[in-house]
Amino acid sequence: MNLQPELLVYELSSPGRVGVALPDCDVPVTALPTALLRAELKLPELDELTVVRHFTRLSQKNFSIDTQYYPLGSCTMKYNPKVNEVAASLPGWRSTHPLVGAEFSQGAIELMYRLQDSLNKIGGFVAGSLQPAAGAHGELAGVLMIRAVQVARGQAQRTTMIVPDSAHGTNPATCTMAGMKVVTIASDSDGAIDLTALKAACNDSLAGIMITNPSTIGVFERNMKQIADIVHAAGGLVYGDGANMNAIAGILRPAELGIDVMHYNLHKTFSTPHGGGGPGVGYVGAAPSLADFLPGPIAVKDGNKFVMRQPAKSIGRLKAFYGNFGVLVRAYTYIRMLGGDGLRKMAENAVLNANYLKARLEKVYPVKYPRRCMHEFVAMGNFVDGIHTLDIAKRLIDYGFHPPTIYFPLIVPEALMIEPTETENKETLDAFVEVMLKIAEEARANPELLHDAPHHTPVGRLDEVSAARNPVLCYRG
Amino acid sequence: MNIDKNARYAASHEYALKAGDVFVVGISDHAQSALGDIVFVELPAVGKTFKQGEAFGVIESVKAASDVYLPMAGTITEVNGNLEADPALVNREPHGGGWLIKFKAANPADFNALLDAAAYETEAAKE
Repeated sequence: MNLQPELLVYELSSPGRVGVALPDCDVPVTALPTALLRAELKLPELDELTVVRHFTRLSQKNFSIDTQYYPLGSCTMKYNPKVNEVAASLPGWRSTHPLVGAEFSQGAIELMYRLQDSLNKIGGFVAGSLQPAAGAHGELAGVLMIRAVQVARGQAQRTTMIVPDSAHGTNPATCTMAGMKVVTIASDSDGAIDLTALKAACNDSLAGIMITNPSTIGVFERNMKQIADIVHAAGGLVYGDGANMNAIAGILRPAELGIDVMHYNLHKTFSTPHGGGGPGVGYVGAAPSLADFLPGPIAVKDGNKFVMRQPAKSIGRLKAFYGNFGVLVRAYTYIRMLGGDGLRKMAENAVLNANYLKARLEKVYPVKYPRRCMHEFVAMGNFVDGIHTLDIAKRLIDYGFHPPTIYFPLIVPEALMIEPTETENKETLDAFVEVMLKIAEEARANPELLHDAPHHTPVGRLDEVSAARNPVLCYRG
Repeated sequence: MNIDKNARYAASHEYALKAGDVFVVGISDHAQSALGDIVFVELPAVGKTFKQGEAFGVIESVKAASDVYLPMAGTITEVNGNLEADPALVNREPHGGGWLIKFKAANPADFNALLDAAAYETEAAKE
């Protein structure tokens, strides 16, 4: 990484310097109305080479999975195989346009059809939609579907969604956006959903439950089937948040646990690039009772033709055209490359890697829910007085590792949420462990080193509190 | 942990303190410490009525955004205007200048059902 501080483009500016030489004006000059003119227009003045170097140096400060280890919990920052890029940039995909119509897009629609089919089979669903552009977008689709089903059943009064406190962080916001009320239920000491609290929350206003399995504390919800039965018996539907699908893909089909509708993130489990805002895809799969309500259009086979069609009672469109098509090509490539057995191995290795890290770190970094983890685990960073998780995270940057997710989930104080993914080798995991243990020693011997970290970056510890309280959003030079 | 022995507490970490014919509500010292540096406080309009345990506002820290719940049913009579410019008051003086709202209780006797300081301390220590 380029660690030199970089001046702002305004600071590199020099009066009169230009990047392009415009030809002389060969049409009559017309004066602009004075009312539209500004006395001063503050733009940087630079030559082309300075601009190129400035932005190239900035790009060298990027932290990415292609440069460094990135154990960001719940984000599944796995390596994205380069063959995905080769496939997505084939001229047939790259040069098509959504408005050319189905007749000239048979290959593209067939790919979507096959991808839907693979994703349906992975989850045990009868149908699915590739419309949503992100995980939370998929959640919104699912909760709107639950709402639509309840209304169609004559149960419009069912507007309450149960969200366990171990759920993915976006779940309560999704319910609110869908116009539902959220009831939070607590986890028991084992990190599992408290069944007594669940039963108490079931009444005739219940629309459904949003459940993340494995949960954000990285443990498998063993009572999943029972939870689904309780919710179904009370007239509710079960939404599965597939943010953590990487731990179970190819091993179990969530629909068989009683999940009615679920999203999974192609940009996590199915190796398409993310981090920096996408583009993503939050495929939504549905059980028979909800399939007609899926967002559309979805790809269907009509005789020997492939067409895009809106499901019969669809909640409508969620995205222009056909979603993020380039992402679909990458995910399809990945699934075809791994096959069913490969996907299973992927999930097994993700779980193995997480348990390896947990076993090596938990004596120093306490784990609140200590049972065997799935793809991630949540440790705590407050094992020395005066040292916080934030200090450990900042110090990790000095050693070239991206910090884990911190202070989430909220049910673990001083959380450090570590997800190694299956794509890291043992040497990288060991190097990470050695650094974590070294930081723990530094925390005791030389806490200031941690308080002031990072030391080896273009800028040091940023004052996040001042930035949040008094944000300066414009350059004031 | 500083604790106001005259106040009573909800398990969700809000306190209620009797002040004449209204109650003052804030968050406990334990809660402000767990939240970390508070950067934004959103409070309700005066005159708004809430049920017991209903969310009346949001406290945002560098770590998380959390709802705050009214410990007893009632109607808001005053909000702490100083918090808009200085949300860190909640960190510095949770039991003093960092109070959130004042409300008129629907049923003032609800106060007696809240946790007293000792019971709240025991509850908070479990976390």
